[in-house]
Amino acid sequence: MNILKFIESFTNEGVIQSLQSKGSRRDSLSQFGKIGANTALAAVPLVSMFFTQKANAASSAFLASAADTPISALQLALTLEYLEDEFYQIALDTNGLIPDAEKDIIAQISQHEAAHVSFLMGALGGDAPAKPEFDFTANGTFDTFDNYQTFLALSQAFEDTGVRAYKGQAANLMSNGDLLTAALQIHSVEARHASRIRRLRGQKGWIVGNSIGNMPDIPTVHQIYDGEENTIQGGYNTTTAQATNGPALTGTGTTESFDEPISGTLATEIASVFFAV
Amino acid sequence: MKKTKVEVRQVATGLASRRSFLKISGLTLAGTGLLLAGCSDDDDNTGTNPDPNMLPGIVNGTFDLGGGDAGILTYAYALEQLEADFYTRVVNSNTFGSTFNAEEQSVLTDLYRHEVIHREFFKAALTGALANTEGVVLPNLEFSYDSVNFSNRLSVLNTAKALEDTGVSAYNGAGRYITTPEYLLIAGKIVSVEARHASAIRDLINPGSVDFAGNDVVDANGLDKAQKPSQIIPIVSSLDFIQTAFTAMYLP
Repeated sequence: MNILKFIESFTNEGVIQSLQSKGSRRDSLSQFGKIGANTALAAVPLVSMFFTQKANAASSAFLASAADTPISALQLALTLEYLEDEFYQIALDTNGLIPDAEKDIIAQISQHEAAHVSFLMGALGGDAPAKPEFDFTANGTFDTFDNYQTFLALSQAFEDTGVRAYKGQAANLMSNGDLLTAALQIHSVEARHASRIRRLRGQKGWIVGNSIGNMPDIPTVHQIYDGEENTIQGGYNTTTAQATNGPALTGTGTTESFDEPISGTLATEIASVFFAV
Repeated sequence: MKKTKVEVRQVATGLASRRSFLKISGLTLAGTGLLLAGCSDDDDNTGTNPDPNMLPGIVNGTFDLGGGDAGILTYAYALEQLEADFYTRVVNSNTFGSTFNAEEQSVLTDLYRHEVIHREFFKAALTGALANTEGVVLPNLEFSYDSVNFSNRLSVLNTAKALEDTGVSAYNGAGRYITTPEYLLIAGKIVSVEARHASAIRDLINPGSVDFAGNDVVDANGLDKAQKPSQIIPIVSSLDFIQTAFTAMYLP
């Protein structure tokens, strides 16, 4: 497994940071100098443009209609499902990517994501957004479909992001009990997926603090997990919980026991890294 | 063999003593209908009288989970008490180390921790919320597991699977009945962890299979199960683990 290439492609945090701060191309260029890898150097102008222009355009186009309504909640959900669905379809169609022993697992997940797309398209009808064009390599940044470990890492990123995003939209669906229930039913399926993929990667099925769990140490990955370290639930400090009988409750156990939401804005920002240029 | 149900002290059902605002850390339950007037004598015990205005508490000598958000949270507390108690017995079993391999021990110990924390969270939240109202916090339930062999790997794992899948379905089905966004979010934070558990337990039982999100729990639309309290409670009762009688007359 060529995890080195995967990690190397992320050693320049400036690339991703430019997603948030326009006009940082000069900074990115100077930081790229530290890497010295030919591939990275060659990719500088394109990658820089991608993260500054494309992501912003995609985000703003989507967020223009995001108003915390049931429709906007489902539109975000469908966008994320489009992404997951195509991601797994391509993987399953790529000869030699998925080991035989794990093909059934990926196929099962893929089947669910395709069903989610159909379900949400039906629910949204004329309000369904068009499917974005995706680039799962993020313009050559990832060897997504050439390296199973990269594929699994992105899979974990998408599933854990999905769990957080659906959770963040639940309140926006309270006015429609049927849609809220359906969203919750998808949410828990995504969590089942996330647990399985994490365990395939040798991680716990649950999120430990805000640990990025053997993922590239870059801002976008931290965005997926930041906030998961929360220990205050409804004003109750979960670290004060005491076991009355049995092994002690550990600090990580308290963060593992509650998943945390993310906003629609952040979910879109994370997903937009994989919108095609 | 059922034990005698645990005696729960009957509290006065006068209007004044049952009046309360359910608060969890400053979150005040929305709405005005939190008066409980002790007028349940005419209701039967079939659980077909959803009433969001009923607080949890003793009705005709038996603890009722109540209705509305307070009832849903108390219902969740009951389910978390069961899960926490079960895993506590699992990890404390003399044969825990010899029955399960290292990975299984790690997973089961994590689940024990998570469920105890969930239970303690609900206990603290409900106790704090109802501090000035006697008798409305669900007491500690009693459990026994006559059908479970704690020295048998599959007996324990299959029980865990049933509890986790039921928990997922219960939270999924209860969400629509929660009227306070903050409580819905808390339920959402817990249910995905229960689903992560279910996935892991199912894979321990049948490694490498698609059971982690199997077709027995995920339908053709890719949707997990969602059952309302009146569907979940009979399922939980049929496991025969909970020995303390309670009713859920005012939950949907």
